[in-house]
Amino acid sequence: MSERHGPLGLSEEQADLLQAASKYCEDKSSVEAVRNLLEDETGHDPATFSEMAELGWLGIAIPESYGGAGLGIAEVVPVVEQMGRRLMAGPFIPTTLAAQLLLVAGTEEQKAAVLPQLAGGAPATLMLAEPDSDLDAPTPQASATRKEGLLSLTGTKCLVVDAHIAQWAIVSVNLDGSPALILLDRQALEACSSRREIVVDETRRAFRLELQGVSVPETALLDPALTPAGLTRVALAGALFSAAEMCGGGQSCIDYTVSYLNSRKQFGRPIGSYQALKHTTVNAHVQLEQARSHLYAAAHTFETGEEGEVAVRMAKAAAGPALAFAADRSIQFHGGYGFTYACDAQLYRRRAIWGEAQFGDAVYQRRKLASLIL
Amino acid sequence: MASSPSKPELSEFRAEASAWFSENIPAQPDFMMPLTFMEVGTDEQFDFLVSWQRKVYEAGYLGAAWPEEYGGRGLHQAFQDVATDVMRRQSSPIMLNTIGLNWAGPLILDMGTEEERRRYIPGILSAEDIWCQGFSEPENGSDLGNAQTKAVREGDEWVINGTKTWTTHGSYAKYMILLARSIPDTARKYAGLSFFLAPMRIPGVETQPIRKLTGEYGFTETYFTDARIPADSLMGEEGQGWAVAMRTLEYERSARGGQAGGLSIVAPDHSEVVELARRAKRGGRAAIEDPILRDKLVEFMIEAQGIALTNRRASIGPLVQDRPMSIPLSGKLMATEFTRRINEFAITLLGQAGAYAVGEPEAIDGGISQRAYLNAFSATIGGGTSQIQANIVAEHVLGLPKH
Ligand SMILES: Cc1cc2nc3c(=O)[nH]c(=O)nc-3n(C[C@H](O)[C@H](O)[C@H](O)COP(=O)(O)OP(=O)(O)OC[C@H]3O[C@@H](n4cnc5c(N)ncnc54)[C@H](O)[C@@H]3O)c2cc1C
Ligand SMILES: Cc1cc2nc3c(=O)[nH]c(=O)nc-3n(C[C@H](O)[C@H](O)[C@H](O)COP(=O)(O)OP(=O)(O)OC[C@H]3O[C@@H](n4cnc5c(N)ncnc54)[C@H](O)[C@@H]3O)c2cc1C
Repeated sequence: MSERHGPLGLSEEQADLLQAASKYCEDKSSVEAVRNLLEDETGHDPATFSEMAELGWLGIAIPESYGGAGLGIAEVVPVVEQMGRRLMAGPFIPTTLAAQLLLVAGTEEQKAAVLPQLAGGAPATLMLAEPDSDLDAPTPQASATRKEGLLSLTGTKCLVVDAHIAQWAIVSVNLDGSPALILLDRQALEACSSRREIVVDETRRAFRLELQGVSVPETALLDPALTPAGLTRVALAGALFSAAEMCGGGQSCIDYTVSYLNSRKQFGRPIGSYQALKHTTVNAHVQLEQARSHLYAAAHTFETGEEGEVAVRMAKAAAGPALAFAADRSIQFHGGYGFTYACDAQLYRRRAIWGEAQFGDAVYQRRKLASLIL
Repeated sequence: MASSPSKPELSEFRAEASAWFSENIPAQPDFMMPLTFMEVGTDEQFDFLVSWQRKVYEAGYLGAAWPEEYGGRGLHQAFQDVATDVMRRQSSPIMLNTIGLNWAGPLILDMGTEEERRRYIPGILSAEDIWCQGFSEPENGSDLGNAQTKAVREGDEWVINGTKTWTTHGSYAKYMILLARSIPDTARKYAGLSFFLAPMRIPGVETQPIRKLTGEYGFTETYFTDARIPADSLMGEEGQGWAVAMRTLEYERSARGGQAGGLSIVAPDHSEVVELARRAKRGGRAAIEDPILRDKLVEFMIEAQGIALTNRRASIGPLVQDRPMSIPLSGKLMATEFTRRINEFAITLLGQAGAYAVGEPEAIDGGISQRAYLNAFSATIGGGTSQIQANIVAEHVLGLPKH
């Protein structure tokens, strides 16, 4: 791996993954393929997900001793960016985040048992969000109580992505007054009563789960001493992946707009010759260029403590508005067609709304940044 | 080109340069210094900056990557980049002869004849010969290709007639890079243009200083009335002027490398705005504690960092492969518009003291924010306006249609 000095750089592995993922995602996730999955109950193509596991992408940031490639978060980013570019569905992000959480806060037994499975393509998810709550809530409302070597759970989790297929999940609860994390297997997930939530980004599958009635052995508890560190890592890695996805989406959204601006004619001229459209598209492009620079810098400095946190929060604060603006104007510039379901601009706009709602939007990130940099 | 230097070589060079600059950077004079090379409007500013440029050049920190035979040091570009970085870090005064050092100079090295390089490059470096640029005309600015100043060949001379305007350093310059029409009535207007390395201190050339929006001076209107320049002032072939002018603009907008180095503007330091927000007051408390101003400040910091990172990204091939010309062609638009907006914000931080201006003893930091904001338009207009830059990015990066 190349040296990690300076705010921006690219390892050889990152460059190779960028190349490979760019081609792979383009092949596997054409817009037709994306649209075919929108109304599919599963929401993604399991065969593609298995293939990504075979390519080793699910284990990029998992140490070799647990069946991964032993690289870092920085090397995951190019894959997520390219998936985002093709609006590619599937449980890649939640599985990768669950692995990171386990890696930081799991017990040795949990890591040894579960990480190799995740690297091998068993989907996993995180159960952190709760109704009427937010990212900075000090302790979860869901709770666990100890009884005869078992942990009995109660409470509600929402926006749990890919819960329908997850083989593993990590749920946050209040245990004895402190936040705690508990590892759930498929059986425990199935013991929850759940319903699919209708979400704005139709490439996603999210669920609401009632924990009432679920109980698991105490060995399912992650290491309490490492729990805060684990949650911080997930908050930052999640924000980084979300930024990566949106930067990728921004690139193809702008390509999509440019292509329409070149082909559509009104008043005898291509509409892309009107500066109201032309200059606005340049602004969207320039804004996205900056967001991408932030993204690569955040990937590069992710492991460097406070500098990494600043970079990640800047990346997230830049990426959301960049994709939102590019997609918002894309809808407008497609005229009446932009108002239709058939026009792809809506797919990107929905993705941006989803992405902003994940791991803190731009305003949230700027508030965090204010205390870090001012 | 010189071979790639090793890290220790560069560190050693940096240490030497740092020592030299900390020893030699002159104390702030008792007159106001220009923020950019376009603002040099008094003789004392001019003399001060000429002697500074000469001193830096003689110490070896200017044009270090230019060939030795023309007065450079023949070092690898990385050395000059280090020297320029040291100047930035130590807030060195700007280089007066920017048009020579960074536009005309690299152009002459790139497209000029051996004779032209020998004749012009040494004087550019030593500040002996100040250069100006005669592109814009009163009727033809953005539409530079429509320039109408005439050049007519008579024997061993070209006879120049017409008016150039907004000529930075017009009254100080010894030479001008001049775009003029030598072939009238061509089918395409661009085909009639020729490019000259024209002497300025000859009969028939007159300059009239123009007062800028700040009240200071810095550029001139420049009149050519039967001005006779030698035949060999023509650069390249007759009728190729447009291509040469476009290459010049690539140097001017930093879309192409090879400049002599040094600073041409006082690099805006965005942390100064944060520092200003600490000093400025809102309701008896520091402005930086105001939640709305904090959010705005953070937004500016994100953008400043985004621009800095984007410049770095330009040199990482795989991260720019989708649109390789994007960063070089959008850099000017990004940076100049940002500078204008952040200076505008700085004034609002000052509260009622925002109403003061340069010269008022009560003005905060001598009225620098107001002055920097007004002067920021020099870069959003000069060198091709932001709107023209947006057209360029749209057409040459995104592939959108012209008309
Ligand atoms: C909800 C809805 C209901 C509608 N209902 C009806 C209806 O009942 N009956 C009916 O006849 N029509 C209806 N329309 C059509 C509507 O009037 C057209 O969509 C609108 O006039 C734009 O035309 P267009 O879709 O062909 O877009 P275009 O004209 O192709 O425009 C595409 C883009 O180019 C821009 N553009 C075009 N020309 C220029 C220019 N000269 N300068 C700058 N920008 C330019 C536009 O602003 C737009 O952003 C409806 C549209 C919508 C969205
Ligand atoms: C401080 C300063 C120093 C300068 N120094 C020099 C110098 O040394 N030598 C030199 O030759 N010139 C110099 N210039 C001139 C500068 O290059 C021109 O001012 C600039 O190119 C714009 O031309 P113009 O002033 O004629 O404005 P115009 O071209 O008349 O533009 C007026 C407005 O219309 C807009 N506009 C024009 N065409 C288009 C279009 N196609 N699409 C959209 N918008 C458009 C412009 O963006 C601008 O907002 C300097 C300018 C400044 C401000």
